[in-house]
Amino acid sequence: MKAARAALPISMLLSGCGGIQSALDPQGHSAILLRDLILVIVAICSLVWLAVMIVLVWALLRRRDREPGDGQGSDRGMRIWVSGAVAATVLIISGLTIGSFYTTRGLNGAKNPDVTIRVRAQQWWWQFIYEDTDPARNFQTANELHIPVGKEVRVRLESVDVIHSFWVPSLAGKLDLIPGRENVLTFRAERSGVYRGQCAEFCGLQHSHMAFFIIAESEESYRQWAGAQRQSGAEPVEAETSAGKAVFAARQCAACHTIRGTAAAGTTGPDLTHIGSRRTIAAGLLENTRGSLAAWIADPQTLKPGNNMPIVPLSSDELRQLSAYMESLK
Amino acid sequence: MTIEPGRSAATDAGPNEAELERRLTQTWSSQRGFWGAVASVDHKVIARRYIVTALVFLALGGLLALAMRIQLARPEARFIDADRYNQIFTMHGSNMMFLFAVPVMEAMAVYLVPLMVGTRNIAFPRLNAFSYWIFLAGGLLLWISFALDTAPDVGWFAYAPLSGPEYGAGKRADIWAQMITFTELSALAIAVEIVVTVLKQRAPGMSLDRIPLLVWSMLVMASLVIMAMPAIMFASSTLIMDRLVGTQFYNPAEGGDALLWQHLFWFFGHPEVYIIFLPAVGMVSTILPTFVRRPIFGYLPLVMALIATGVLAFGLWVHHMFVVGLPRLGESFFTASSMAIAIPAGIQIFCWLATLWAGRPVFKVPLLFLIGFIVTFVIGGLTGVMVASVPFDSQVHDTYFVVAHFHYVLIGGAVFPLIAAIYYWFPKMTGRMMSERLGRWAFWLIFIGFHVTFFPMHILGLQGMPRRIYTYQPDLPWGTLNLFVSLSSVVLSLGFLIFFIDIIRSWSSGRPAGENPWNASTLEWATGSPPPPYNFRAIPVVDTRDPLWSQPDELPVTSGLRSDRRELLISSVVEALPEARESSPQDSVWPFWAAIATSIMLIWSIFSPWAIVWGSVPIAVTLIGWFWPKGAAEDES
Repeated sequence: MKAARAALPISMLLSGCGGIQSALDPQGHSAILLRDLILVIVAICSLVWLAVMIVLVWALLRRRDREPGDGQGSDRGMRIWVSGAVAATVLIISGLTIGSFYTTRGLNGAKNPDVTIRVRAQQWWWQFIYEDTDPARNFQTANELHIPVGKEVRVRLESVDVIHSFWVPSLAGKLDLIPGRENVLTFRAERSGVYRGQCAEFCGLQHSHMAFFIIAESEESYRQWAGAQRQSGAEPVEAETSAGKAVFAARQCAACHTIRGTAAAGTTGPDLTHIGSRRTIAAGLLENTRGSLAAWIADPQTLKPGNNMPIVPLSSDELRQLSAYMESLK
Repeated sequence: MTIEPGRSAATDAGPNEAELERRLTQTWSSQRGFWGAVASVDHKVIARRYIVTALVFLALGGLLALAMRIQLARPEARFIDADRYNQIFTMHGSNMMFLFAVPVMEAMAVYLVPLMVGTRNIAFPRLNAFSYWIFLAGGLLLWISFALDTAPDVGWFAYAPLSGPEYGAGKRADIWAQMITFTELSALAIAVEIVVTVLKQRAPGMSLDRIPLLVWSMLVMASLVIMAMPAIMFASSTLIMDRLVGTQFYNPAEGGDALLWQHLFWFFGHPEVYIIFLPAVGMVSTILPTFVRRPIFGYLPLVMALIATGVLAFGLWVHHMFVVGLPRLGESFFTASSMAIAIPAGIQIFCWLATLWAGRPVFKVPLLFLIGFIVTFVIGGLTGVMVASVPFDSQVHDTYFVVAHFHYVLIGGAVFPLIAAIYYWFPKMTGRMMSERLGRWAFWLIFIGFHVTFFPMHILGLQGMPRRIYTYQPDLPWGTLNLFVSLSSVVLSLGFLIFFIDIIRSWSSGRPAGENPWNASTLEWATGSPPPPYNFRAIPVVDTRDPLWSQPDELPVTSGLRSDRRELLISSVVEALPEARESSPQDSVWPFWAAIATSIMLIWSIFSPWAIVWGSVPIAVTLIGWFWPKGAAEDES
């Protein structure tokens, strides 16, 4: 885009606007197109504003030699200027309309995506279901999406409860998840990296804590990761983790959570089969360490008030064992 | 409404000025005391009440904003918890839109339109009184619920199904929905009064092309209210029905549709923006000529721009829904229509610039706020063009970019002109001038405070910060800017504080104003400050757009209205030729009781559908009282 180069000074002004969740630091095909469009439109609009300001200052401060309104001459002159400005407005907004139309066309993904993932948003976490032609090879994660870099990824967006919005600014624009409907978004990461996404439609009490991460990695690492995710939960080998598994089974945990390979098959909460492999817990709230796991299990309502996980009374030993078991589920 | 030739009735033609003023005062004054004030149907009394109440809500809404800024100043702050925060941002939005912005603009219309068109009272003055009490009840409902920690927490847009029976627990969403019903009822009442006043009560000779631009803008605004508000009343009523009696309008599992809510809400919600904004541009177009000492440039294009904006306002609502997954064709249509609204906006800006250019600016406080308005609103308009582009919007929708955008439009585009209007018409309303010195302090603090508060929000939005979050994590790069914004908001608040202090101080001890302190051109300046209860001793006759400029020494008047009863002059719609004398209702306490009965029914209906049945009985009783013929001449005719 030629005009994007003209907008370079602005992009430099805005440097330092990077980050893992920034529309100005795009790492995906769509987001790069959108960043270019944003910079062009902002540049054009800034020029328009400057022009209006120059006229305003001039109008206010110009020397006035004649009495105001002393003839039709000045009125006729102004009529020409105003008509010209209106015509320029029409031209500019037509240009912007056409420009955004073509940008939208450029966002169209390929007909046959390389990966398709079902996204089921719910208060206040993200369920990602990797579907295979062979249902036995299906698996799911929570709040962490792995994708192969440079490949077309299609997400099928559904909501379990209220309206949410799927937004990873570094990769693509947002799209809502609406109960009773399915929306489809296609995007492609151009560089490997970790990108943060966050629910962008107000969805209730913990809307602020409904984040997720997209990990874009080489095709090979992606395949390895997917292969590992298809496995059942790791069998505990130490005494502590074995005890943790027993606690998990004995307490309410299994009513809501699934760990494949065990009897736990609850579907209300996130699938925990490979929770130990995830970077964060509780929808991006905490870094995934044994300590934060223990803190979360001990008192989820203080860390994320109002979320749907109850406080389950555990002894300190049980808590230690349970969090060790969770951590071992790589 | 009869012309009574041959009978000697007391009219304003006969006696000398002092005697006439005495008679008119006796006829048009309200009783003294509490009940006299409650019963008053004087448009000026009611409008003043409306404006003061709306400004109180503005101050309260501002305090809510400050509370949010304290919470957001630091990541993971614990000043306010999630539940309170969600109530606060819902309150802030609902309060500012429904209890401040729309009512204050309508109240300015209620005060100014009858004076500017040269009549003695607004049309349907009892409905006007009713409307104020209903508005007050709606406001109290919302704020009392907030004090009781049961305020709505679903956003001012209350999207289903979050606001529906399954996810919106308690009575919070019901309170929101009924608050809507209250404020829409009062808004609709005023809209009808304004349309009739403008079309049928203009001074003789004030043909459609001589109406002051403020009156034009209020006419367009009132038409928008009449067409847009039914959509939201339908929406809020069906939401209540979903919640109360188990209908399924918005439940996709039972064949309802979650998006239906958004269409209904924004079909109202977008015109709502223009309901707030158009009166503001009317104020600009009316105040500007006074301070540049020349008539407005481009009267006709300005009127056309008002009407075009009003029409286009109904073709834009989907741009609030660009990320719900629309068909491509729909997106293109609504992008084009949303962009097109920039054309009438541009016409107005260019006409104002031309007026400024050709005139001789006098830099008083109202003009300062008008200049601040142009600087700020152009930014808001241009960011509006940005979000009108679907792809652009897909990155900034529901982020702080949009928060910045609509505060530029609503504060820059509507509140700045409103403050200019208050400085400008305060002398007319109270008889006293506001302070130029405090006004300048207020202007610079508000202007600079506004920009340093809201401009950085554009950047925050592009950096990925969503709206409506009560906190954010420290590892996100938003902390510094948020702290900066929060500190800046103190400057902005200080400006508003000085503005409020100036109002209170000037009301009691400002310099006396006189009839026409600014040497303005429109009819409201042709009577006392504050105007007497009957507005004009004799109804003026108009033959230009700027009557007080073209005939600075004497204003022609008409006579023949009775002075012993309340009579108005009715004129034709286009030419404003005198058609008839029409009686204007006397004071009555019944609108007050009718408003109480209506409020009880509406609040009761939050809890039981039977309220509609039994609650309508007292309403019927009060309405019978309202319309009962009492033998007064005004009732008989």
